[in-house]
Amino acid sequence: MALRTIRIFRGTAGNGTFVDYQVEVEEGNVVLDAVLKVQAQLAPDLAVRWNCKAGKCGSCSAEINGLPRLMCMTRMTLFPPDRPVTIAPLKAFPLIKDLVTDVSINYHIARQIPPLRLRPPGPDGIRRMTMDDIERAREFRQCIECFLCQNVCHVLRDHPENWALFFGPRWMVRLAELEMHPLDDDDRRNFLKEKAGVGYCNITKCCTEVCPAEIRITDNAIIPLKERVADLHYDPFRWLLDRLRGKRPIPRPEERVEKAAAS
Amino acid sequence: MVGVARPHRLGFGATLRRDLWWIETIVFMVGLIVLFGYLTVSAFLDEWAFHIGPYYSPVFEPGPFMLLEDKLEKPFGPWFLSPAFVILWGPAGFRLTCYYFRKAYYRALAFSPPACAVGDLWPQYRGESRFPLTLQNLHRFFMYVALVLVWFQWANAIRSFHHPDAGWGIGLGSVILVADSALLSLYLFSCHALRHFVGGGIDCFSCSRWHRLRKRGWDLVSFLNVRHPLWAWASLASVAAADIYIRLVANGTITDLNTWTGF
Repeated sequence: MALRTIRIFRGTAGNGTFVDYQVEVEEGNVVLDAVLKVQAQLAPDLAVRWNCKAGKCGSCSAEINGLPRLMCMTRMTLFPPDRPVTIAPLKAFPLIKDLVTDVSINYHIARQIPPLRLRPPGPDGIRRMTMDDIERAREFRQCIECFLCQNVCHVLRDHPENWALFFGPRWMVRLAELEMHPLDDDDRRNFLKEKAGVGYCNITKCCTEVCPAEIRITDNAIIPLKERVADLHYDPFRWLLDRLRGKRPIPRPEERVEKAAAS
Repeated sequence: MVGVARPHRLGFGATLRRDLWWIETIVFMVGLIVLFGYLTVSAFLDEWAFHIGPYYSPVFEPGPFMLLEDKLEKPFGPWFLSPAFVILWGPAGFRLTCYYFRKAYYRALAFSPPACAVGDLWPQYRGESRFPLTLQNLHRFFMYVALVLVWFQWANAIRSFHHPDAGWGIGLGSVILVADSALLSLYLFSCHALRHFVGGGIDCFSCSRWHRLRKRGWDLVSFLNVRHPLWAWASLASVAAADIYIRLVANGTITDLNTWTGF
């Protein structure tokens, strides 16, 4: 047992400050344990979102000593005992109260992503895929939607006006999962360039560094998507090869919306 | 959604981080400036002293100058026309557009951002979605060039075992050139664009024998790709080290350890 100082942001948008609390911390405690002790013993009105306490629900995202982390997966022993542990809400999302932010913009983005479009089944009426095919997309399915990657991405974090132009790393992972799906026959490359804004990413890999699911977001999702967009838009040889093979032109995002509306 | 709520703020260097995040930025900055700076300057140094005996600096490919044999020993044109340019533009373009080095210099030189969760320098941000940064998509073409040049590099390494007058042998310079070629090959064959070219663009790995073969290639490049940053730095340092070593031997500053008569 040791007495530790937890410095938590208290307040709402435009009105708040850091408040120090002292709680007893036991061996093996994570930051969420300390925060819940503060809530139970010292500040019952403290707003904090959490669920599984096992790094699987993605609810307890916060900025701990300035770095985006899951509170339930961050041990207190990570920080020097003689200094306060600072806990702030996520920067990239509107603050509701204390440590709780409104992440609903992510669900608005999710609804814009063209869903899986299954290719026709084989001659026996069955669609088949092998382990080799799904192995790559399995990594992307590990995402717990904690939105730490969205929060740390400087394209959104430091330039909030870019929310309208760039979907962010989490949705690049989702797009990669769909785009690389062995049974999907949709082509989202124009969508990626013009609507999802894949070109906004400058590969600084902060999303990968903070991902608690250890998804190699930049290397395995965003860069492969950038390469696919380059196939279509920046590689005349590839473009010519596709035309010679008789591949059809890909609908642009606005045509896609019109077609969907017509059907 | 524009602006951020307290306790956060926008602007260059804005952060709640209290760790030594700036150390990595400075290390990268110094590394990039010293190594890229040296290789740029080296093209103009020492009256083109790129070779001695069987050793040729890795920044210099003498093939095109073999027809002008006597000119190898002295300047062959204005100071700004260095024989290093015959080969240097390919690797330079490859490295400047490399996904890993983009991360390194966007962080360390452009401060976009200087570190994760630290405010970036630029008031407006469009990333790689606008000219001139859309030129980063030329990476694959530089990769094709590098795929040709790397064999010249190996030829240079093998040639270093054969002294024009004394025949076959081995020297410290030969070992350095082989190590340099190996590191350059690891860097090239772990490239993200190569990974896409080999098999990353395929959705269904099991759909044909050709795709299954490409999957094997993709697996191999993916295996190397995990260490791409290591190969990137090691190969950059090895090129500079090999160039410095051969220049020092050529200038008579140091003597090469070898099985020939010594030079």
